[in-house]
Amino acid sequence: MTQPKSWKEWEKPLIELDEALAKLRERSVTATEEERHKIDETIKASEQRRDKYIEKKYANLTPWEKVLVARAEPRPYTLDYINALFTNFIELQGDRLFGQDHAIVGGPAALDGQPVMVLGHQKGRNIQERQMRNFAMSKPEGYRKAIRLFQMADRFSMPIITLVDTPAADPGVESESRGISEAIADSMLAMFEVKVPIVSVVIGEGGSGGAIGIGIGNTVLMQEHSVYSVIPPEGCAAILWRDASLGPEASAALRLTAQHALEMSLIDGIIPEPFGGAHRDPIEAATLLKEAVQKALKPLLKQKPDALKAARYSRYRALGKIG
Amino acid sequence: MRLGVRRREQRFQDAFLQCASCRKTLFRREFDQGMMVCPNCGHHHRLNAKTRIEYTFDEGSFVEEDTDIQSVDTLSFPDYQSKLDQAISKTGQPDGIVSGMAKLEENPVAVAVSDFGFMGGSMGSLAGEKITRTLERAADKKIPAIVFCASGGARMQEGLLSLMQMAKTTAAVERCRSVGAPFIAVFTDPTMAGVLASYASVADVILSEPRALIGFAGTRVSKQAQVVKIPDDFQTAEWVLRHGFIDRIVPRREMRDTLSDLCRLLGGRK
Ligand SMILES: [Zn+2]
Repeated sequence: MTQPKSWKEWEKPLIELDEALAKLRERSVTATEEERHKIDETIKASEQRRDKYIEKKYANLTPWEKVLVARAEPRPYTLDYINALFTNFIELQGDRLFGQDHAIVGGPAALDGQPVMVLGHQKGRNIQERQMRNFAMSKPEGYRKAIRLFQMADRFSMPIITLVDTPAADPGVESESRGISEAIADSMLAMFEVKVPIVSVVIGEGGSGGAIGIGIGNTVLMQEHSVYSVIPPEGCAAILWRDASLGPEASAALRLTAQHALEMSLIDGIIPEPFGGAHRDPIEAATLLKEAVQKALKPLLKQKPDALKAARYSRYRALGKIG
Repeated sequence: MRLGVRRREQRFQDAFLQCASCRKTLFRREFDQGMMVCPNCGHHHRLNAKTRIEYTFDEGSFVEEDTDIQSVDTLSFPDYQSKLDQAISKTGQPDGIVSGMAKLEENPVAVAVSDFGFMGGSMGSLAGEKITRTLERAADKKIPAIVFCASGGARMQEGLLSLMQMAKTTAAVERCRSVGAPFIAVFTDPTMAGVLASYASVADVILSEPRALIGFAGTRVSKQAQVVKIPDDFQTAEWVLRHGFIDRIVPRREMRDTLSDLCRLLGGRK
C-alpha cells in the first residue's frame, strides 16, 4: 500500500464528509418543515459516521501520520495561539543587525495579567504569506531577534514562552553567509543564560536545529500530534535508503512522535488535542494549551532566578543515553 | 613470481602515497614529517584523533578520560549497531571523540578531538557527553578547553537524543563562560550542521585548518534552496572567514604554537 504524501491526501475522506455535511446544513436552513426533518436525520447519521471515522483514524496514528497531521495546513499556528492565549500582544520586530525575519514572531503579551515574552515560528496561511514567512524557516535574523527578546525578558523579569513549529532553519546561501549556525547556537546559549522561567511547546513540526534554536526550556511540552526530529524523515530516508519517498519508514525509525519523546524523557509532558486534532477545534486546542502553559509556569514563578538557570542546566545535562 | 610482484607493490605503497587533492605521488616519509600536509598543493589530509593529539600537545602529556562509557542503540535504529561495530573495529576507538587532559607547553588543558573516520564524526549521546565533560573539566579547573571539530552533524541513528546534544553541549559552553574558562574550537575538514550549530560556533576563539568545509546545510541542499550563483569557495574556511564567523585560518604546522599562545594570553580567570 502506498502511503499518502500529504495531510490533504490522507484525510480526504474526512474532508469530503465535512464538505457534504456543510452542504446539508445549508440546505436545511432553506428547506420546508417536512424536508428539514429528513435532512436533519441525514446530518445526524453523517455526523455519527464522521465521528466513528475520526475515532478509528486517530486512535492509533502511525509516526508518519503524525508527521502529516503536524504539517496539516489548517492546524493552528503560533499567531493563532498567541491571539487566543494572551492579551495585549505587541509584536516587536528586527534583529538590530541586519533585518526583520517574518518566520519568527514575538513580543510582550499578558497571560491572565502576567506579563510574558512570547515567541514562535510562524507558518503562512496562503501562498503570499507562506513566501513572506519563508515557510517558517527562519534565517539568522530570526534567531538574533529571538536573542534580543530573550535578553529583554531577562532584564524585565518576564517569563518566556516559545512555540516551536518549523520544518527546519533556512538552508540557503544567504543564511550561510550571515551565519545561520552561529545564530542558532547563540540563541540556545542566550536561553541558558537568562534567569527567568522558560516554557517551550512544540505545536507542530519540531524540525531539528531550527526548532531547538528557540526550544530550550525549564519545561518542554509537546502537543499530542506534534513531532520533533533531528532530521526531516524524507531527508533521513534519502541518506539511509537513497529514496526520499521512504519518509514513512524513516519516521518510524526516528521515533519522532510526542509519545516517543516522553517515553525517552526528553520532554516533560504531552498536551492533549481536541477530538480529531487541533485543526478540528482550534478554540478547544488553545484552551488546552493555555491550561498546560499555566500549569507549567506556576511552580517556575516561585523559583529564584539562579535556581531557574541551574535547573535548566541540570535538565539538559541529563539528556543522552550511554552505556 | 606473483608473490614477488605483490611484495614489490607493497613496498611501493609503504614508501609512497597519492595526495587526495592534487593526486601527486608523494614520499610517505616526507608526507608524515609534514604532518600529512601535501608539499605540492598544501592539502591538509584528515587526521585521526590519536595523530592529532600527537601533533598538537606536549609529548606524552595526553591522558585519556571518559573511557568507561559507550554508545548504545537506544532506538534499535536500522543497521546502527552494525555500523557502530564496524567503526569501532576500524578506528580502534569506542567513538568519534577522544577526550582527556593534556599539556601545552607545560600548561594543563582539557581536550576533545573528533575523528571523522568514525561514522563521519557524527554527534550522538556519547560524543555529546564527552564534549560536555571536557568543557566541564575546563570550567571546574578554570583552565582552557580545546576542541578539534570534525563532523558531518548530528547522529540521526539516535533520533531526538542526538538533537538534544546540541543543547547540552551549548549549555556547557555557558558554564565555561560564567567561570571564565577559555574555550577554543578548531574547525577541521569538515565541520557541519549539528556540531557547527551548537557548541562549536560559540567558542571564545575559533581557528580553522585551511580549506576545511564549514557549513550548516549540505552544499547540495543549499544549492537546491537557492537559484543564485554559488561562489566557488562556498562553505570553505576561507569563505567563512570572509563572512566573519571564524577568527583565523591556521596551517597545521602553526597550530600548536597558536594554541599555546592563545591559552597563555587568555589564561583563564584565577
Ligand atoms: Zn596535493
